Amino acid sequence: MDTESTHSGYSYHSSRSGRSNRHGDRSRERHKASSSKDSSRSERSVVINPPDTPSQDSPVHNGEPLPGEPSPGAEQGDDTQDDNWGETTTAVTGTSELSISQEEVVGLGKEIQDRTQGFRRYLPLAVGSCVGLLVVATPLVFLLLPAVMWPDRLQACGSACEGLFLSISFKLLILLVAIWALFLRPGRASLPRMCVYRAFLTTLTLLLTMSYWLFYGVRILDAQDEDYHGIVQFAVSLVDSQLFVHYLAVVLLELRHLQPCYSVCVIRSTDGETRHYNIGQLSIQRAALSILEFYYRDFPLHNPALLSAAKHRAAKHLAGLKVYNVDAFKNKLRAYLLDTPGSTAGAQPGNGNQSRAMVTAAAKRKDSAHNELYYEEADYERRVRKRRARLVVAVEEAFTHVRRMKKEDERATPSDIMDVREAALAIFPSMARSLQKYLRTTRRQHCHSMESIQKHLAFCLVNNMSPKAFLEAYLAPGPTLQYGPERWMADQWTLVSEASVTSGIKEGTEFLLKCLDFSLAITVKGIPYIRLTEEYIDPKSHKFILLLQSETSV
Amino acid sequence: MSFVPGQPVTAVVQRIEIQKLRQGENLILGFSIGGGIDQDSGQNPFSEDKTDKGIYVTRITPGGPADVAGLKMGDKIMQVNGWDMTMVTHDQARKRLTKKKEDVVRLLVTRKSLEEAVKHSMNKYPRQ
Repeated sequence: MDTESTHSGYSYHSSRSGRSNRHGDRSRERHKASSSKDSSRSERSVVINPPDTPSQDSPVHNGEPLPGEPSPGAEQGDDTQDDNWGETTTAVTGTSELSISQEEVVGLGKEIQDRTQGFRRYLPLAVGSCVGLLVVATPLVFLLLPAVMWPDRLQACGSACEGLFLSISFKLLILLVAIWALFLRPGRASLPRMCVYRAFLTTLTLLLTMSYWLFYGVRILDAQDEDYHGIVQFAVSLVDSQLFVHYLAVVLLELRHLQPCYSVCVIRSTDGETRHYNIGQLSIQRAALSILEFYYRDFPLHNPALLSAAKHRAAKHLAGLKVYNVDAFKNKLRAYLLDTPGSTAGAQPGNGNQSRAMVTAAAKRKDSAHNELYYEEADYERRVRKRRARLVVAVEEAFTHVRRMKKEDERATPSDIMDVREAALAIFPSMARSLQKYLRTTRRQHCHSMESIQKHLAFCLVNNMSPKAFLEAYLAPGPTLQYGPERWMADQWTLVSEASVTSGIKEGTEFLLKCLDFSLAITVKGIPYIRLTEEYIDPKSHKFILLLQSETSV
Repeated sequence: MSFVPGQPVTAVVQRIEIQKLRQGENLILGFSIGGGIDQDSGQNPFSEDKTDKGIYVTRITPGGPADVAGLKMGDKIMQVNGWDMTMVTHDQARKRLTKKKEDVVRLLVTRKSLEEAVKHSMNKYPRQ
């Protein structure tokens, strides 16, 4: 099994599952139990187990215990080997009738999550509309109750009072529109924790309303106040306070984020794409949300096909080297031959020594990997350029075959007149082959389907674009959002942060946005305090003289 | 040493003969000149009249042929080998001084101290 690569976790996992190794299975189940929470995120997730580090009493070579070593599955008390161990020990395999497979467990978890997902998505909307209704209805109730409960004793409403009716109605209308604009929007994301400011504002509004109700209940309802003018003024003051709370909401939720305070650096873990953005004072989860929106706009599509080359190089580096533990092996051999257990306490150098030995051996080996890389990259460049040249020529030629119908062409035969879709289909085959070859060379053929290319071609023809404009979409990888959601490879994001996610970002904050295939590492730096001073220059002070004095030595 | 246009220029001059020194391929005289009708005469530190566009000696290499011959910094060169230097451009002056075929240049230079010396001696010996 010398060709097996010990570095890629995927292949290691699959190779171990192929063998019905009791040792491996036991540990696999153990690992799975602890990480079932993580694996319930998506059905496509694979739990990557690090290869088991060889323990003292059961060193492994390439995943299999050395021959003759009593495997830990057997009873520990056995001194001699039990010859019929195959029949008496139970093996826990991945799929048995009574146990559920991992996919089913994941599916269960996801079901529960889906039900709560819908609930969580509409919760802010529901809360917002309830509070909004309460806020708008309260002043009206304040005004109506005296008229309903003791109409005969109520003083008639004079003209000043009726003017207040007008003002209250308009203010309520404005408040209604403002609440709708700010709070009753469909949420654009579901964040892990509740926004602190929203909770604060909701509490404040409810507190305000409750205190007004309390006052109203005690002073007006109980006492059955007859001064209707006073009651109307009371209701107007409530609406005014609500408007001011709304103003506070605008400032806290919207305006505070606009002024840039911090500069964040976002690095994608797989290919190192880096971008910098300026954001204002936000909590970590809101900042993560903004950064993800920027990610969809700015970062080129993640292409895993381009990254396999580096992995192969890394695997080749250490593939030829294997560490054999000679002293421990000697002891085991001695123990096996002499049948004395427990003498494995031989000199086994720690794992640190092993890795150091490997590193020095790898360094000493005459490594021509850099040479290969250089020539490989030069060759690749040349191939891409050749293909690109062929593609450009093919597309230009294809575009010359079709043009917009002009006035004089109306007399042409009807079979020649086509609509844009047919025109695109007509010129597509001449460039399809070179386009396909080019995309294959740059390993982007999975990003574009035939349908999408034809659609794009039709779009370019309709808008009178040049062949170069049509080609731009295929020559460089565009931003992630331009492709359909099935190509993003980034739908579910996890925020990993040491600080609490509702705390604000500060200078030096670092957090990670993890997705299935890659992660975005984010660091925050503050924008420096800028000291700007002024200097006044009189425009008349710009005067010049001609300097023609040369000195020559003879 | 101001001049009145149309009138001949009069000045007390000293005759200085400088032997050119061969340095490699070049014949050098060992001083630097400044001024000329195409230059800014207001920058001239040595002239009394700042409208004077004559050729002045701005620097003398110590020990060079000019120093040995007695040329002083601030001298105004009036003639070089018979050629007039009061109304020449800077480049023309340079060419007149650095002719490869001539081994020796005979300059007529003037300076303020010459005038005073003459006046002083004239006062000493009043006209009889």
